[in-house]
Formats: sequence, C-alpha cells, structure tokens
Amino acid sequence: MDGSRTTGSPYAPHTDTETAAMLDAVGVDSEEALFDIPEPVQFDGDFGIDARSEREARQLVESILERNDDLVELLGRGHYGYYIPSLVDHLSDRSEFLTSYTQYQPEVSQGFLQALFEYQSMLVELTGLEVANCSMYDAATALGEAATLADRVRGVSGSVVLVPEILDENKRSTLGNYVAGTDLVVETYAMDDGAADVDSIADRLDEDVVMLYAENPTVRGTIEPGLSALGDLATESDTLFVLGSDPVALSLLERPADVGADVVIGDASVLGLPTAYGMGLGLFATREDYLRQVPGRLVGASEDGDDRRAYTLTLQTREQHIRRERATSNICTNQAWVALRTAIHAATLGPDGLVDLATRDVTRARELADRVDALPGVTAPVHDRHHVREFVASVDGSASGIATDLEDHGYAVHALGADELQICVAGATDDELDGFVDALSEVIR
Amino acid sequence: MSDDGSAEIRHDQARWSTNGTYEPLLSEKDSTKVTVDADAAGLPDDLTRDSLELPGLSESELSRHYTRLSQQTYGITSGPYPLGSCTMKYNPPFTEDVAALPGAAVHPDRSEASIQGTLELLFRLQGYLARIGGMDAVTLQPPAGAAGEFVGIRVAAAYHEHNGEGHRDEVIVPESAHGTNFATAALGGYDVVSLPSDEHGRVDLDALEAALSESTAALMLTNPNTLGLFERDIEEIAAMVHDVGGLLYYDGANLNALLGRARPGDMGFDVMHYNVHKTFATPHGGGGPGAGPVGVVSELAPFLPAPRVRDADEPTDAGVETTEADAPDPTADSTGAAYELFDPEHTIGHVHGFQGNWLVLVKTFAYIARLGDEGLADASAKAVLNANYLGSQIDYEIPYEPFHHEFVASAGEQDAADVAKRMLDYGVHPPTTKWPEIVSQALMTEPTEVESKSTLDQLAAAFDAVAEEDDATIEAAPSRTTAKRIDQTSAARTPRLSWQALDDE
Repeated sequence: MDGSRTTGSPYAPHTDTETAAMLDAVGVDSEEALFDIPEPVQFDGDFGIDARSEREARQLVESILERNDDLVELLGRGHYGYYIPSLVDHLSDRSEFLTSYTQYQPEVSQGFLQALFEYQSMLVELTGLEVANCSMYDAATALGEAATLADRVRGVSGSVVLVPEILDENKRSTLGNYVAGTDLVVETYAMDDGAADVDSIADRLDEDVVMLYAENPTVRGTIEPGLSALGDLATESDTLFVLGSDPVALSLLERPADVGADVVIGDASVLGLPTAYGMGLGLFATREDYLRQVPGRLVGASEDGDDRRAYTLTLQTREQHIRRERATSNICTNQAWVALRTAIHAATLGPDGLVDLATRDVTRARELADRVDALPGVTAPVHDRHHVREFVASVDGSASGIATDLEDHGYAVHALGADELQICVAGATDDELDGFVDALSEVIR
Repeated sequence: MSDDGSAEIRHDQARWSTNGTYEPLLSEKDSTKVTVDADAAGLPDDLTRDSLELPGLSESELSRHYTRLSQQTYGITSGPYPLGSCTMKYNPPFTEDVAALPGAAVHPDRSEASIQGTLELLFRLQGYLARIGGMDAVTLQPPAGAAGEFVGIRVAAAYHEHNGEGHRDEVIVPESAHGTNFATAALGGYDVVSLPSDEHGRVDLDALEAALSESTAALMLTNPNTLGLFERDIEEIAAMVHDVGGLLYYDGANLNALLGRARPGDMGFDVMHYNVHKTFATPHGGGGPGAGPVGVVSELAPFLPAPRVRDADEPTDAGVETTEADAPDPTADSTGAAYELFDPEHTIGHVHGFQGNWLVLVKTFAYIARLGDEGLADASAKAVLNANYLGSQIDYEIPYEPFHHEFVASAGEQDAADVAKRMLDYGVHPPTTKWPEIVSQALMTEPTEVESKSTLDQLAAAFDAVAEEDDATIEAAPSRTTAKRIDQTSAARTPRLSWQALDDE
C-alpha cells in the first residue's frame, strides 16, 4: 500500500508514506498517541453512520428531498420566493467568495470587502439612513438587536418595547428571547383595519417606551399609511422608531428616513435566496448618531500603504472578539455570503428593475384580490388598505380545509385562524396565478 | 523549500484597477436615478418614495465586476488557511449541488405533510449530531455558533427558573475563551465571572472552586481549549460545577479535534453547540452563514426552542426523541415514517424567525453522510497529526503542549500582526494573531486535516522565512496582495461606510 492514500476522510490528502513520515517527525508511533484524552472519557463506540461515495451521499439527499411535494407556493408573511437570475448563483458560487473566512486580513480580502461595502451602500440608498451593517441572521434577530440597541441608547428612561398586535408570532417570540436578559418588556399596540392605530399609539407613548416598532408592509401585506405620524410621535417622546421592511418594498414605498425611522430592520434575503425553508439575511440600518452602538460587522473605506482606496472591517471595538461582555452584540458568524448574493441580485435588477418588481407586486396583488373576491364565498382583501405582494381573504368554510384541498391541486397558501387565507403573488408567474384562481374556485364550490 | 532554505512559493494576488488605482465601485461604473411613479402602482403619492438611485449595469459588466472581486479574495481554494479556532477546511462542492436541489427550496410555512423530505433530513441530522456529541436531543434552529451559545444560555436560564433557581445570576468563562462566550452570557443577562488559567494553560481548579457558588448558572468551556490542550480534569470540573447546581456548557468550536475520540456528553457537559460550518465543512462564505445546532441532555430537552422535528409514530411527551439515537437507515424505506413538528413542553420559543440556516444544514447532512464513522474519526486524527507535524517543523516557540488540532506559537520579539502580514506574501493565509492573550505575540495555528504534508512544509517554510526576517521587512509587508498594509486607525477615526459617504468628501 506504499504511497496509497489512507482510508478515512476523503478530504484528508495523506498517503500512508506521508502519514508515517509525519508521525516520525513528531516522534510518535501512531495517531492515537497524539490524543491526550483520559481513558474514562475516551469514546470507543460508533455513531452508526455509514460512509458513502460522493455519488451515494448525493443520491441519499436527493431521495430524501424528493419526498417534498412540488407545490406552487403563494406563501409570504416575511419570506418570499422571487425568481433569482442565474448570474447570482454563478457569481456567488465562485469558490473564493464561498470558501473565504471573515475578512480579518483585509489585504487579501479586498474583493469580498468591496462587495459588502457595496451591499451596505445599497441599503443606505434604500433606507435613507447613513449606516447599514453587513448583516444579521434574519429579520427576527435583527428586531431583537434593535431592541437591545434601544436599551443601550435609551436605557435610563424606560423599559417598554411597543410592537404591533398583528405580528409574526415567531418574530415576536425571538424578540422575547433577545430581551429576556434585559429589563425590557414587550407590549403591543392596537391595529385598525390592518394598519397601526395611530391614535392609540399616541395615547400610549410616554417616557417609559424606549422603542416603537412598525412594519411596512405589515405581515398581512398592507401598506402603512401613517408612518410619518408615528415618526413624529416617536420624536416627541424620544422613542427609538424602528421600521421593518425589505429591499423590494423599500424600492417603492416611503423612504424610512423621510418618515423619521431611527432604525430599519427586515429580511434582505427577499433578494438573493430561494425560499430555503426560511433561511434569511437580517437587514440592519440606522442613523449615524448610533454608529458606535450598532451591532454586527461594518466595512469601511480606508487607504493602503500606497494611498490607494482599500476596504477593511472597522469599528471592531464594538464587537465581541474585542469588547467581550461589553460588546454591542454577540454576533460573530453572520450572513455575509447571503449579503453578497443580495447585492448581486439587486445590481442585476438595477433601479428600474427593482421599482418595476415592487410596482408589479402591488398591481398583481390588487388584481388577484379582485379575481378572488369575485368568487362566491370569498371576500378579498379583508383590509381596506393598499397592499404589496400579499393580502388576506376571508372564506366561507374552514380555511385550513380549503388550504389542504388547494395542496391537492398543487398550490400552497397560508391558512390564518378559522376562516382566513393569506395569498402572496411574489415569485409566481401569471400562469400560476391563473391556475390558482381556477383551483380555488373548484375547492370552494 | 528551495535550496537556500527560503520559502519558494509566493503569491501575487489579482489587483484589478482603473487608472492604476482600484476596481471601481458599482456606483462609480454607473449611477442611474429613476423617478418612482406612484400612479403606475395605483398608489397615492404620499405612500411612495420620490426616486431611487442605484447602479444600472448590464449582466456582462456585473459578471466582470464580481469575477474581479472574487479574484481579489483569498479563500480555502486559493491556498492554506490555518486560522486558529476557525477550522477552515476544504469544502467539497458536491454539498453546494445538493443544497441547490429544487426540493430544498421550500417555504417555511409549508404544511408538514407537504415537506416530509425536509423534516426527515432535519430529523436525521438531529440524530447524527446527537450521536456525535453524546447528547440526548438537538435543535437545529440557531443560525450560527454564537446563536447556539445564546440558545444554550437561554435554555439554562429557563431550566434554572423552572426549578426555582432563578437567583443564579453568574456564568463563569475562562479568560482564554472565545469572545462570543462573554458576549453571549451578558446578552443572556448574566454577570460574567472570568476564570484564569493555570500554569499549564488549563482550567485552574482552585480558581474554579473559588468562582463556583450558588449563584453559578453555568460554566462555559471548550475542550480542547483555545491553546489546543485537552482539559484532562474535565470529570472533576463537571463534578464541581454540578455540585453547586450549575450546568456545564460546551463551546463546540474545537469539536474537530474530538470526532469519534471523545464526546462532550460523556465528559459531563449538559449543553453544547456544534459549529457545523467548522466541524463539518460547510463553506464560511466570507463570514457566514453558518449554523449552530444545540445538543442537550434529556433534563434540558423540554426547554429547547420550538419547533423541533420528531417521528410522528413515536412521539414522546418529554420532548426527547429516544428515536434520535437509532434512526432507521434512510436508504431502507423511501415511504418511511411520517415526521412532524412539535413544541417542547417548556420551550423558550423561537430564536430565529423560521428554522435557521436550512441550506447550511443540508450541506452538513451531506458531508456527514459522505464521511461516516470512519471518515469523521479520521478527520480528527489527521487534523491532530497535521497540527503536531506543523508545530514540529517551525522555528517559533510553542509554549503549551501537548496540543491537539491547533497550537499557539509565540512570535517572540517580533510583532505577531507583522508576521501575519508578511506570511501573506508567501502565498498562505496567516494564523490568528495575538489571541489567546495567554501567549505573548500569539500565532494561533490550525491547519485542519485537509492539508497535505507538502502544503504543511510550505506553511512551515513561510513561518521560518519570516522568523529570520528583520523588522523592516515584515513591517513593510504585505507587498504582493491586492492592497498594501491598510490604515485601520483612519478607517475607525473617520468612518466611511458607504459609497454615499465617499461622495460626500
């Protein structure tokens, strides 16, 4: 077997000869002798996991994933399956991007740093705020980080985080975990026909409220009409105004900076990722005032030894590896590669493409709501509001039963409560929407 | 090495530029301002923005831009990347292909009945990880290692609270621990008690005794520690922590040293996270995404995040899947058992909007299925062999041993950061520098199992070449990279974080 590769990990390149030479150089006679593990805690069992060839491992995953039904997903509520141009996959999969680490040696990481700098810049344009970090995990964790930011910048004067009563339950739950270690408490404000009830918020806002959170669009797809009023109220009461949105909606809807938002959070992976079972990219942007309290990584421009522009991670004294328990966040590994994909997707669309996409999301949601509303036993949209991407319909009969029947016809929609469906047009083709209307009319008959 | 003993491989990194300066930003190639027409969307003017200004480039222009940026980025496919504690392995591309399968792209709100494949893969990965870690139950939801730490701390807090022990307000962390441990404990609302090392670089048992009390919620520990040393007293440490009612938390960052050799669960750890992007080689992607599944002993399982996956035919009410440890061979029966989501009895709720970084989990599953028992154990054996071989070949002193998968050398009179910059010129990524602080001018080095003897020799040659160079040479480095030494101070003093900020100058 001289010169042959040692069996075991297929990615360990050692030949038997090399292994022997290396052991000899170290001065031991076996790999076992290198492990300094007391006998009582040594593991001598097995995991029962078979080794497979690459082909067999691939087939295994294929065979498992084939058990997923192939459905047209008219699903949204914060996570969207837009078509992703091939360019995004091919460029982001270039192995230098894919297989690099966090840019701790910026001189050999200029390319990735520039891509992240460009990502930050796109979010600055979309939000109108001066600072965007280069990612949190997803919208829910970004909301949690916004709350801890509010705690830091408003910590002495209050403890209430005010959120909409209609909010994605997982996002609410994640926020609860983030504030569990603080003195913050989460309270809700009322909604009026699918939008924030500005009057009741005005009554509630006082010095005890450190953060006011609103979404545009809301989880039910409605466009908030009263954001400027909320921004004014937040300013008057010295409350951090946090707005949830995403890059597609931001291409069309009111600019957060113009309505007084102090922080924008959301899921930026609406661009760049497939539905991916909810994998995300947390957007986090804020005003320059809070720069030194921002969580997460920041890429900044600087100069190199030849006075040429160069990029580097900066303001790292906020981060856990420097500041330890006084860091602004514990985040280390983030979603950098997803941010790269999002940036490429946004660049591929360009400003025209982004505005067109968002505009189509509004018009197609409206058209589909009208078509669905025309069916007997269906009323849509439930809320007398403008919508983007998705809307809620009320149905006669069991919503979950109808949703199940729709699956048999090849379509997935959300069932909400007893008698509401939420339907999303993002990512669906016109043919698929036609097919859905036909299927729904059959199912409710 | 060449005959004169110098490192013969050098690296000249791509440097794309316009007018001899730099690859222009997208915004410098094009800036297109479009007016937003509210009427087109049928919206009132006051609900829309006025305009949007972003680059509007063609596909071919973008293709060149991002290709150039990739060429100005050093990845594990560019060369060795022995970044201590970060476990930079080669990433087999087939895992990218399986993660790109159409069946992997499902919406998180799909009905359980319609995504049995996704649930089955998650269930089987829970089982794989439980067995590898010696744990009873696993959640796959945390989207990174630090997120896993946070789940571990939240679960510990919920467990103590449930038992009427909510007064425990301290978490003990060794001084040499990853910074995330401290930050996570603080985020969880705990006071952090810092634990010094003994003269051998391990946990000082007397100091631990002094730190432990009825206020102790948990001790966070990694084993081997950040010096690569196995904490030989782990059984006694576990007993001491448990005696005061605390929990023992395992930071999985160094699990690559132990696969198939030892398991955190067998050492007395109650809760652990797995950095699947390190131990199981899913790409780091320039800083993420990773995934940080958390394993726990059965007593803690009812507190894990919701939802988890279980075999619908054998659901258990305690939240522990006894079936995880002996999941049926997935190739045996394609119809299989039905899988379902469930909320553990005393769950802390969600820690991510959906179910974490699913695509990373698919890659992890494929990687583990590829290696199997034998491959996993060999990965650790070769990782430890490689670290020891490289350590034996370099001129820098290594103060603490016997080390496993990584070692911390000292640059001695040289500045470790300068040494690192100079190593870039020799075509290798340098070690982690100046950490842990236990070692003066630390060069924390982890070659992993994927490097060949000849590559390790190249690395050693780079170490040794720099060791002999004078201060002026290394202070002037790097010279063969896209950028020369970058001014970190001015970047922080005058933050310019967007192309808009550059325009304002």
